[in-house]
Amino acid sequence: MVISAIAQGLLWAVLGIGIFTTYRILNFPDLTAEGSFPLGAAVAVTAIVNEIHPVLVMGLAVLAGMSAGLVTGLLYTKGKVPVILAGILVMTALHSVMLYVMQRPNLSLLNHPRIFDSLAFLPNYFDAVVVGLAVVSLVIGLLLFFFYTSLGQAYIATGDNEAMARSFGIQTDRMKIIGLVFSNGIIALAGSLIAQNNGYADVNGGTGVIVIGLASLIIGEVAFKDVTLGERLISIVIGSILYQLLLLGVIRLGFDTTYIRLFSASILAVCLMIPQIRRALKLDTLIRKEG
Amino acid sequence: MTTLLNLKQATKTIQNESDTNTTILDHVDLTIRKGEFVTVLGGNGAGKTTLFNSITGTIELTSGKLYIGDKEVTRLPEEKRARHISRVFQDPKMGTAPRMTVAENLLLALKRGEKRHLLPRKMKAQRDSFQTLCASVGNGLEKHLDTPTGHLSGGQRQSLSLLMATLTRPELLLLDEHTAALDPKTAKRLMELTQEVIETHQLTCLMITHRMEDALKYGNRLIVLENGRIKLDLNAREKAQMKLEDLFVLFEEEKAQII
Repeated sequence: MVISAIAQGLLWAVLGIGIFTTYRILNFPDLTAEGSFPLGAAVAVTAIVNEIHPVLVMGLAVLAGMSAGLVTGLLYTKGKVPVILAGILVMTALHSVMLYVMQRPNLSLLNHPRIFDSLAFLPNYFDAVVVGLAVVSLVIGLLLFFFYTSLGQAYIATGDNEAMARSFGIQTDRMKIIGLVFSNGIIALAGSLIAQNNGYADVNGGTGVIVIGLASLIIGEVAFKDVTLGERLISIVIGSILYQLLLLGVIRLGFDTTYIRLFSASILAVCLMIPQIRRALKLDTLIRKEG
Repeated sequence: MTTLLNLKQATKTIQNESDTNTTILDHVDLTIRKGEFVTVLGGNGAGKTTLFNSITGTIELTSGKLYIGDKEVTRLPEEKRARHISRVFQDPKMGTAPRMTVAENLLLALKRGEKRHLLPRKMKAQRDSFQTLCASVGNGLEKHLDTPTGHLSGGQRQSLSLLMATLTRPELLLLDEHTAALDPKTAKRLMELTQEVIETHQLTCLMITHRMEDALKYGNRLIVLENGRIKLDLNAREKAQMKLEDLFVLFEEEKAQII
């Protein structure tokens, strides 16, 4: 079971990394994620059912996610639609896109090949661990290469200080579009992996994924402070695994899985409040000392 | 001397909540020639920062035209003008990317106005020159090449902003009260550094200041803005004859008018 949780953590980590590239670097929340994640799943499952190779399928999912990100990016930068609203619009529209792609609300992979099948000789769950590790390493490697190019540095600067970036001739609108395109491509990749692992895709599969992605991100940040960009990306992976282990623990304690989202949201809420809680506790000890 | 910047009847009006129009820049004609170091004085609301914002393209003029050299740039977006114009802001937080290190910020500045490509940033090739550059400031900045700029003091940040703004020898340097947020001693040091950089590279510069002493001490031209118009424009000779008391009298008059 622990191996299963680690495998899940690795696969879901891709989502956390995708969310990180906008939420933490550009400093805005992108709600497109709740649409691009199931879109990646829908595209992947449909393509596999149509007998396209599972690896190629993941490329298609990435392209689909990138297009979704492009639309959000154009709405936000050229259309001046507030970014949260732009994300909600695209997320809503994608629901119909997924129905069009799959021609039905959900689609099963039963009796079809998956990316994990090529590793079928491994013991249970280890196939997912290997695939997860490979994809996570690839994504982190590519992102790190990007962040340390001239373009990537301009991208980071845009999120860090937009006025300054523009004053140095950085086309900040273009950077935001690039960020949304990359982020949603990665998120759709996560969707295609999870769908193959679950064995199906569902148009409603995106509900709550932002919470899961943010939870791995925030747990990683709470556990590891002041780290380099590379270490930060790895910390998201660790955060994602810790989050899945937490879920496993709670399920073991006999928590009704019907209410799992309440638990997910609570974990994230607590993690987000940790700085405040710490401050409150410190204040407490100070007062006691004085008294 | 060749003309570097030319404003023709530059006007900026904004609409208030009550639907009344306020004119912040009122048909300003201004020509800046190459090699001029212009100090800009003016009370609150005189239009100093709006003048700068229209030059950089941060805001668009309501009417009038703006030329860099003989090229009209009235509608050119800010990021395209950045190739010619650089700026140091008043707020030390504004000029640098806080989560990026000193060296990374300098590297960003080195590519001012260039296209940013998907190629490695090549930090190693620049590190030594950055080290020397930072050491020339004399406030310990060279020890912080790998420190995120958010952890630096205000004075260190502003001197870094100045280095970044002048790294590629821009045609026009705009300083917007860049010493105002610092303590007197640090402000004085930064002003000396500014003078040194401008002289060494023979930069053309516009400097907003609220310190009349600085406005007289530095530069070779002085303009005073009032209610969006240029009230006074002194060349080097006239400026040299101007005394601090005269300036004070000028501003007292202005205050009296408002009352």
